[in-house]
This record gives sequence, structure tokens and C-alpha cells, in this order.
Amino acid sequence: MRRLVKHAVRLMITLLLGGFLSATLVRLAPGYGAGEEDLDSRLSGESHAALRQARGREESLPRYYLRYLERLMHGDLGESLGTHESVRQLLADRFPETFATVTAGLAFAWTLGLGLALLAVASRCAVMQSAANLAAAVVICIPAAVLALLFVMARAPGRLAVGVIVFPKLYQYARNLLGRSFALPHVLTARAKGLTSLRILVWHVLPVSARPLLALAGVSVCTAFAAAIPVEVVCDLPGIGQLAWKAALSRDLGLLVNLTMLVTLIALAANAAADLLGQPTRTERS
Amino acid sequence: MGLKARLFLFVITSIGGAIGAAQEKNQLRFCLGAQPRTFNPLLVADEASETVRYLTGGVLMRLNRASQQLEPELATAWKINHAGNAIVFTLREGLRFSDGSSFSAEDVAYTVQQLMDPALHSPTGDSFRSGEGKVVTRVEGKYSITITFPSPVVGLDKLFDQVAILSATSKQKEMAVLGPYYVENKSGSHLVLRRNPNYWKRDAAGRQLPYIDSVRLDIQENRDMEMLRLQRGEIDLINSLNAESFDRLKAAAPEMAHDAGVSLDSEEMWFNQVPSSPLPEYKKAWFRSTRFRRAVSSAIRRDDLARVVFRGHAQAAVSWISPANKFWYNQRLHPHGFDLKSALDLLGADGFRIDRQVLRDRAGHAVEFSVITNAGNKDRERLAAMIQQDLAAIGIRLNVVTLDFMSLMERITRTFNYEACLLGLVNDELDPNAQMNIWLSSAENHQWNPQQKTPATAWEAEIDRLMRLQASTLDGKRRKQAVDRVQEIVWEQEPFIYLVNKNALSAVSPNVHHARPVALRPQTFWNIDELTLENENASRR
Amino acid sequence: MKRIRTASILFLLAVALACGFADLIAPNGYARQYRDAPEAACSRQHWLGTDDLGRDRFARLLYGTRVSLTLAPAAALLSTLLAALIGGSAGFAGGWFATLVMSATDLVLSLPWFFLLITVRALLPLNVDPRASVALTFALLGCLGWAGAARVICADARSLRSSDMILLARASGIPPIRLLMRHLLPNLKPVLYAQFWISIPVFILAEANLGMLGLGVAEPLPSWGSLLRELESFTTGGAGPWQFAPLILLVATISCFHLAFEKEDQWA
Repeated sequence: MRRLVKHAVRLMITLLLGGFLSATLVRLAPGYGAGEEDLDSRLSGESHAALRQARGREESLPRYYLRYLERLMHGDLGESLGTHESVRQLLADRFPETFATVTAGLAFAWTLGLGLALLAVASRCAVMQSAANLAAAVVICIPAAVLALLFVMARAPGRLAVGVIVFPKLYQYARNLLGRSFALPHVLTARAKGLTSLRILVWHVLPVSARPLLALAGVSVCTAFAAAIPVEVVCDLPGIGQLAWKAALSRDLGLLVNLTMLVTLIALAANAAADLLGQPTRTERS
Repeated sequence: MGLKARLFLFVITSIGGAIGAAQEKNQLRFCLGAQPRTFNPLLVADEASETVRYLTGGVLMRLNRASQQLEPELATAWKINHAGNAIVFTLREGLRFSDGSSFSAEDVAYTVQQLMDPALHSPTGDSFRSGEGKVVTRVEGKYSITITFPSPVVGLDKLFDQVAILSATSKQKEMAVLGPYYVENKSGSHLVLRRNPNYWKRDAAGRQLPYIDSVRLDIQENRDMEMLRLQRGEIDLINSLNAESFDRLKAAAPEMAHDAGVSLDSEEMWFNQVPSSPLPEYKKAWFRSTRFRRAVSSAIRRDDLARVVFRGHAQAAVSWISPANKFWYNQRLHPHGFDLKSALDLLGADGFRIDRQVLRDRAGHAVEFSVITNAGNKDRERLAAMIQQDLAAIGIRLNVVTLDFMSLMERITRTFNYEACLLGLVNDELDPNAQMNIWLSSAENHQWNPQQKTPATAWEAEIDRLMRLQASTLDGKRRKQAVDRVQEIVWEQEPFIYLVNKNALSAVSPNVHHARPVALRPQTFWNIDELTLENENASRR
Repeated sequence: MKRIRTASILFLLAVALACGFADLIAPNGYARQYRDAPEAACSRQHWLGTDDLGRDRFARLLYGTRVSLTLAPAAALLSTLLAALIGGSAGFAGGWFATLVMSATDLVLSLPWFFLLITVRALLPLNVDPRASVALTFALLGCLGWAGAARVICADARSLRSSDMILLARASGIPPIRLLMRHLLPNLKPVLYAQFWISIPVFILAEANLGMLGLGVAEPLPSWGSLLRELESFTTGGAGPWQFAPLILLVATISCFHLAFEKEDQWA
């Protein structure tokens, strides 16, 4: 229970810090408060001045953030600078799409990555290993946008593209981890005793690799969210990845702070879950 | 009355719902490059919103995109007074908005008052502003209205092509429209426009227009995807293609690719001449020198740019008015040709000399500068790379820097921390008066040296005088003379080094009939009323 | 297996030599535009055809390989070292320190670094040598890319810390430095290796995206990343197979590195 409270406090602090840091990054970046309208030659000088003022309310960063937090307490996430839509509405509209994309992608990546890694390591077949290595190497060298376009061309669901982008990273870590576990003395002993591969895997290898694998799971959630950005932009999936990309290009502070906090929240939650799940192994062993 | 109209709408929508899939067949589909920023027609500034406005808004008169002539729409007749500051409209009678509310001069008065509200900051409204004072609207009967401006507005009638009339009374506010379609449904990924059951226009046989029942606009930022979807038959048209895609389409499906000839759009490069910019003095001196700018211009092989980057679908640009603008283009001018010798002569006259393949100024500084352009625009990146090689021939080292659009904007409009910039100008207006805010030295969009208190050079003062002259006279001939002269001055001084005018390249699926792509926006669906789709066509026969 | 390893080493040597002597093999350079032959197919003059401005793709590939092959591994090394340092120390130290470091890692993973990169570009002068700019880009990438790996390494280090082997070593009083060098690092090696190899192509691709922000390789200097970006237009058709040459070379080089330097019996 105390651990849970501690985790929650830590999560809150990191979250608020994340929001503040991202607001700082956006505010200090060049182009904050600039707009395409600045080049519109139809607008008069007064209109230019007025629009500029409306865009970049010259407010100090800490004051902006305090005001943001105050509104946050009331459940108000503010509005998007560009479209003046409510951020809460935008996130509610778009999050399910991204959630589905990331979940499908992760499921696909883990099945493929872990499956191939197990095959490569457990089978000890050189051809198998090389083929899996090559597949991972090829995929990791193709730009994400190209991969997504390929999926569109093949009329395959764009969600799987996220999986394919995440897969090689998973595969390579998992293969090395499992490889090491398989080389541990007690596994070798088990093998020598003639235990079946499945039994070795379930009883001897997986328990040892569980914690790094869980950590990898936490990281893969973040990777999948990052991969969702190009995929959603290219495949035209109306999720938060697409939203984030547009917000970044237009320096939409209101939206970006919330998006960063959302992604931080997900990353923290995923990693905390991985940590919590990974803990019992130690107590068991010690 | 309202009930009846609502009932009618209800019937229409329920039929729509009942036949659902069948109705989707008579649907025109194409892509928008971005989410429309606004649905308020008065505030339209971006291309996506402009598309929606064109398809939904009813205007008093429409500029025919093919003939470049005005045609009556909601106004059957209009007259501008002698002073050029007032216009009288006679309106079409008995029309209704899409929600059923009736249309009268009150709506026009309401729209104009809203539009000219100084707090609105509408680009459309600002183009009507020629002097201080209030705009007066006088309703002179249910279907007649006079609008009086504080001072004469040149090209007044043409400006109304952009003014979609709002309803003064409708509860739906700006969503009640007089155009061929209304916005039925908007989501993050697409919009559906349904045909306006109250649209007034009919064809010769008395059938209500438009023929196409609905328009689906998918928001699709990726141009490659748009092309792919066209080839698959998922969308029916693409308004503007880049040369690469155009050639590929032409090879695969020649009947789909349309080159409507040179457009109003140009690509240009300019040097930063802002006196307060954070550049070293010697560089400011280069950029202020007309000879230097002309030498750079002469060293650029514009024909190569048009041929390689735009694959021949562009032509060397001359000055600030494109040859596509038939009336205002100055026929006497020719593009600056590639001329290495004259470039070197000009540089020599300014004290520059080439020393072991490096150009140096009088004080011995090697001539090196950077050109910034917006990232992600492949055409501009290529233009920059080619200019880089061209300038290397006269010993100039050009550094190409791509920046994301907002960073670029900050540099060119606020910090002025740049040396040269390569950008394109998207232009929709035929009347040169629309570019006042570019050419007046005091203006915000006078990019190379904006918001000058007094003109920095004699030629800028002369441009100021001529532009003010053309804005204050209604005499077409004198205006043309003034504008011709400004084109000449710009050609001589090259504050903007005009590179190419791009052709208007578009794609229309054979499924769409009666499409006549033109150079003006919206290139492919400007005659939306007349377009039909293959399946609909068959049923009518 | 030994033959494969020899072959990979030979291949890598050939690549290295070709890049080293690029000036001799492609004397016309990577920047020259053959404007009469843009997007040409393979021919005797242009072994891999030309790009959209008529520049020789083979020459660009050679010079691009030189740029990317020296800088990307350096960046990968930097980020792996950072990850090992941060993740490893957090893992071994444990307690509140680990919690703090891991929270920071989570933050780093989710912040919009895009804006930092844009800000860095704004702080740099516009007239910066393309080579300096690309070196800076890879350095930046190396500094930012450690977080994901640090998490995995930390978890790994934690389970190592409580393993019998280390407990035994500790009980027998081995000094911490020796413990780290002798027992911990060798056991972390496979994960570090994996991180290193994965990040090379990732950095190569990331550099291409940074090129769009005015960081990274500027015209006319080529890099693998900018060559791979050419692939983005092939999907709409009309590209020749020679456009895939950079991808094939990249995959081949990375795979050969794997084959040549990884101990084959490491996890067999």
C-alpha cells in the first residue's frame, strides 16, 4: 500500500515536471507565436498586429503554467491555439484511435519479436537465426514513413505498421537477453539432463529474463507511441500522433503541454506496472 | 413556412439515410491538405477553408475562373458609382438559405457590416479597406442595397467574389448557406457536404443544380497518399499536383492529367535588406546593391530550374505579375536570361573580383551567404540546390538551410536573422491592388525591408507613388500604365528575384464529366454546378 | 561460420576502402549536376543512375557512406555509454537513486525534443559548414538517445545485482571497481551490444529527419539518411530498383558488422 502511494506521488511529480519542461521547450523554441497569416498580404497592418497579439499572449512561462495548473484542478485542459477546440474534446475524440493502434501494434510486435527471438535462440539453427536477424536488420533500416506508405500500398492496416516499426528493436534485445539466459549454467545443466525445450524455456529461462523483458515491455510502449506519429500522419489515422505532429508544427502550446503530460503518464504507468510486476521475482528468489 | 422547409430537409435526409450506399455513388470525393481552420466564411484565410467556402457559400457575383470575367449570382445586376466608392446591388428574388430562412438585402447588409467590423481582422474584409471611416449599407427595398465605402476601392466588384453571404436571422448562423452545398458532417478525418435543397440555380432544362449529391472531403496531408488514392479510384480529383506526380500520372493514365498552363503562383528568392538586421555591415552592403542582386539573378539558369525541378511544367518568371494574368502582365518584359559575362561585369563594377575561384568583395571578404527555405518542400529544396551550383560558377558559396515553417516565419517576419530566403507566393487575385501590402515600403509584407518609415531607396519611393496612383484612380488605362511601370522597376531592381511561374497541374478522374481544369483556384471544381459523375450520367440518359 | 566471418570482414574492408578512396573512384564528385540526365537509369557513366537533379547516385552513395559510417557508430557508442552509465549505476545503486534516475528517464522519453533541436538550430549561425553541422547533429542524437536503453540496462543490472554470482563475489570482499569491471560489465555486454547495433540505423534515419530542420546534412553533402529519404517517393511508382541501393548497402554493412564482430558462441 505504501509503495502504491509512493508510486503515485512520484508519478504526479514527474508528470507536472514533464508538463512544465515541455511548456518551456515550446515557449523557447523559435517560431512560437508566429503564424501563417503573417504572410497574408490581404491583411492590413492593424490586423497583423492584432492577430499577433492574440496568438502570443506575452505571458511569462511560470505564470502560464500556474494558470494552466489552476484550470487543470477544475478539469479544464484549455483549448487548442490553432483551432480553438477544447483540448479535452480533442483528446477524447482521438485517443481511442491511437490506443487501438498502439495496442494492435504492440501485440503484433511482441508476438513477432519474441516469437522469432525464441525460435532463433532455442532452435540453435544457423539459417533460422540469420533469417530472423536479416529481417530485423532490413526493417530497422527502412524509414518509418516509407514503411507506413508500404502498408498503405499493400492495403494492410496501418496499425500493424506500428508493430513492424517496434518489432526489430524488441527482437534484438529479446534475442540477446534470451541468448544469455540460455547460456546460464543451470540451463545448460537442464539441457544436458535432456529436458524438453519448452520445459527449459518456461521453468528456467523465462523466470531469469522476466525482469529485463518487463522493462523492455515498458519501453516498447513508449516506442510504439513514438512510432504512432509517422504512421498516423502517413496512413491518415486521426489519432493523437497526428494531432501531436500538427501541434508541433504550429507551436500549439495548449495542446502540446497536455499531449506531453498524457504521453508521460502512459510511459510512467507502463514502466511502473513493469516494475511492480517485476518485483516479486526478487522476493521469491531471496 | 419554417416547418415546411424543415420537413423537406427531413425528407431529404431520411431518403439519404434509406438509400445510404446508393447515394454515396453520386458523391464527389477529393482531399483537403489540412483541416479547415474555420467555417466562418468571413474569416477564411487557409486553402482548406477556402475550398469549403467555395462549395458552400453563395456570393453576389462570381469570377468565372475560365474567362476571368464576373458573372451574376445572387445579384442580378450591380453598378459602381462614378467616384468608385459605392456599389448598388439588385438581388435575385425569392431565394432561401439551406436552413430555409429567406434571403433579402438585410442579409447582405448584415454580412457587409460583419465583414467590415474592424475587430474581426478578416483578410477578405481588409481587402476592401482603402481609407479611414465607416462602411455604410443602405437597404433600399427587400432586394436592393447600396454599399458606400469611405473612399474609392479599385476593382471593387471583383472583391465580392470572396464574400459569402450570411443569414442575418438564421439560428444556424454561418452554417446556413446559399451555395450549392452545405456542411452536413465534420470529423477529424473528413467532411461531408450535402447538396443544398434550396439552391437557386437550375440548368437549361429546369433541373435543380448541382448534379452531384454530395462531396466528401478527406483530410489528407500526405501528397503521395493522395496520388495513390486517385490511382485506386478512391478519390476523383486532385487540385494541384507537383510536377513529379503529374508526369507519373501522365505516363500511367494520360486522360487524368491536366496541365492548364502557367498559373499565378511564383517561386522567388530575396535578400534581407532590413537595416536593423543582425548581419555584418559588409553583407548588408552586398544585399543593398542592385548590381549584386542582378548579378546573382543573371547567374541563375532559370530554364534549367523549370526543366529539371518542374520537369518543364513551369516557365521562367519575369516580374511580380504572372503571364497567366492576361490583362495586367507587362508584355514588354522578358525573363532575365542566364548571362555569366554580364553577371561578372556587374560584380566587377561593384568592386567584386574572383580570386582563385572565390568571389571577394572590395575589402576581401569571400562572398558566402545562406538561403533559407521551408523544410519538406522538395521543389524548393531542389531549386536551392540548383541555384547553389549556378552561383558556384561565379565564385559564390551558397549554403542551403531548410527550416521548419514556423522557424522560417520568425526569421523573416520578426528577428530578420537571415540572409536570403527562397519561398513561393500563392496568389489568387488578378487585380494588382491586392498586392498593395507587398509593394508599399511602409507595409508589413514588404518582405525584403518591411515597415519603412520613409522609403529607403528612390525606386521604392517611385513604387510607392505608382501603387498609390493605381489605387486611387478608376481609369483603367492609367492604372495599367502605373502597374506596368512597377513591373519594370521590379524587373530592374530585383528586390525579389523571380525564378519561375509554375503551371497549374491537376488530375481529374474520367469518372467526372464536364470538368475543365483552369489555372485559377479552385482549378478543378470551379464549375462544381456543372460536374456530373459517371454513374449519375448513365441514369440520366 | 568462419568463412562467413571472413567474407563479412572482406566486405567491410571493401566498403571502407571504397569510401576512403571515393575521390579516386568517383572523381566527378557528389555535387555535380548532370542537368541533361536527371533521374537517369543505370549506365556506364552512372553505375547507379542519377538522382532528381542529375547527380551521380554512386558517388553520392560513396560519400554518404563515408559521412554516416564514421558518425553514426560514434553517436551509437556515445548513447550506449551514456545508457550504460546511467542505467547501470541506477541498477547497481538501487533505492531512491534508481527511482530518481528512472523517473528522469521516463521524462526524457516523453518530452518533445523536436523543440530543443529547433532551438539548437536557431542558436547556430546559418552559414555553418555542412560537415560541422552533421557532426553536431550526431552528437545531439547520441546525447538524446540513451533513455530507452538505460531502462532496459537498469532492469538488467538490478537482476544481476541480486544474482548468486555477484552476491558471492561481494561476500568474498571484491572491491566495487573490480566487481564492476570483472563481473558486471561483461554480463551486461549482450544488452549493450544490442543497443549499439540497433541505434546505428536508427541514428542514420534520425539524421535524415533532422536534415529537414536545417540540422544535419545540408545540400549538397549526401548521407545515408538523405539517400534513404529518396525512397519516400518510390511508393507512388516510377522508381527503378537502383534506388534501393542505399538500403541494401546499409543492411549489408550492418549485418556484416554483426557477423564479423559478434562472438558466435556468445549465446549459443
